[in-house]
Amino acid sequence: MPKWVVATVDEIPPGARKVVDVGGRSIGVFNVGGEFYAVLNRCPHQGGPLCLGNTLGFLRSDGVGEFHYSRAGEILRCPWHGWEYDLRTGQSWFDPGHVLVRRYEVEVVPGFEGLEKGPYVAETFAISVEQQYVIVEVGR
Amino acid sequence: MVTTLTQPTTRSQSKLAVIDCDIHPALKSPKALHPYLSERWRRHRDTIGDRGYAGSYYPRANPNAARTDAWPPNGLPPGSDLDFMRYQLLDAWDMDFGVLQPLLGAGQQLNHEYAAALSSAINEWQIEEWLDPEPRLRSGLVVAYESPEHAVAEIRRRGAHPGFVQVMLTIRTGEPLGRRKYWPMYEAAIEAGLPIGVHFGGQGGNPITGAGWPSMYLEDHAGMSTAFQAQVISLVCEGVFEHLPELKIVLIEGGFAWAPPLSWRLDSAWRKLHDEVPDLKRKPSEYFAEHFWLTTQPMEEPPVARQFVEMLSHAPWLEDKLMFSTDYPHWDFDAPNEALPKIKLPENFAPKLMAENARGLYKLPSRVGGLVDTSATV
Repeated sequence: MPKWVVATVDEIPPGARKVVDVGGRSIGVFNVGGEFYAVLNRCPHQGGPLCLGNTLGFLRSDGVGEFHYSRAGEILRCPWHGWEYDLRTGQSWFDPGHVLVRRYEVEVVPGFEGLEKGPYVAETFAISVEQQYVIVEVGR
Repeated sequence: MVTTLTQPTTRSQSKLAVIDCDIHPALKSPKALHPYLSERWRRHRDTIGDRGYAGSYYPRANPNAARTDAWPPNGLPPGSDLDFMRYQLLDAWDMDFGVLQPLLGAGQQLNHEYAAALSSAINEWQIEEWLDPEPRLRSGLVVAYESPEHAVAEIRRRGAHPGFVQVMLTIRTGEPLGRRKYWPMYEAAIEAGLPIGVHFGGQGGNPITGAGWPSMYLEDHAGMSTAFQAQVISLVCEGVFEHLPELKIVLIEGGFAWAPPLSWRLDSAWRKLHDEVPDLKRKPSEYFAEHFWLTTQPMEEPPVARQFVEMLSHAPWLEDKLMFSTDYPHWDFDAPNEALPKIKLPENFAPKLMAENARGLYKLPSRVGGLVDTSATV
């Protein structure tokens, strides 16, 4: 599984995202409270640009006047029809067993040793090898 | 927050020609119509503003009822920037034509004089800012349909402009559309060679259901097809098509899977009750099949895809009457290359639905600029 350098950590602060083209795929890389997640930028429903949607959480109510908002920022909502996906698992909210968005492994590593050159190598080469880099692992 | 704006990965993936029959242009600001209004109506709009029946509007799924990716980078409202509409819709899917449906509330104004002034202003705005700059666009002529005298005047004033391909109403009218009150407007449309397009929405003062006001947007959104059915029933049973055999009606954003069972029910009742409607010379279903066109979005999505084809088999006439639409920039947008169910469809169904039925109805050429259209062959 090739690994691609897609960004420096500084480029995607908590709550932000970056949509990148990697190996012919459009992939969104999200920083949720310091943890990185990556999913395919294509909604399984009608092919909408999923990674341009809002991130939100879950609202649950156990009774009138009671509200619990949880998992803020971990749920990605398609900009077209509002289908919602869990960024941690790729599973849809309404049919987690059958409707999923493809997700990719993400890691944060220092420098570029042992990595294939990605689309941002030229930009990052001159900066510093002490930077932290966000890596997405994509099948060929 | 979004650092890379990616074009939808759909350009030229759809081999079929595409004509989009439902696109919503928006105002850049509430004052965007001012250049097209007289001083009197500018003042009216600024000081009194739009006044209609209340209660028909529920919070939409998204702000402006829009796709969240449809806000142009310049921050203008979705649907208000022609360049962004070209980029995100017309160019992205290489569309032959798009038909605008301005939902700016003109027809439902309680002040009919204002409704008429607003309609004229919207039509001039459409010509100036959309139809003249973009040859792929056509539009509906906005009219004060609750005041048919005004509507007739507007059709005669501007109906001959080549950019307008139909007269535009919304489905929630003050009275059922078969009533004689509306007939002069239909006659004027026929004179101008235009169909009547009736779009989802509007405020006519009546609840959307026959059982009162719903509580939620979901009910309003899914239940609007009942208003369309009520209008079909009225137009057919009032004998409009016997008196005006050239009248063509386009139902926009109202669904279509209900057409077969509604036809059965109307025919069944007519067999027993035809004495009440001696003007009807034929079965109600025949008027429905002959005089109506229907747009596709939001596409019918049965849980089992082949049920789509079964539904069509009960009303084969739909194959010549369904016209593709996206509803751009609204949140329930249908993508041209994804909207149809992924099953074997009747032969030639897809090219007719995606473009050719609309091309025929709206008398559109094969392609803007006379380019040879090779895409219509599957």
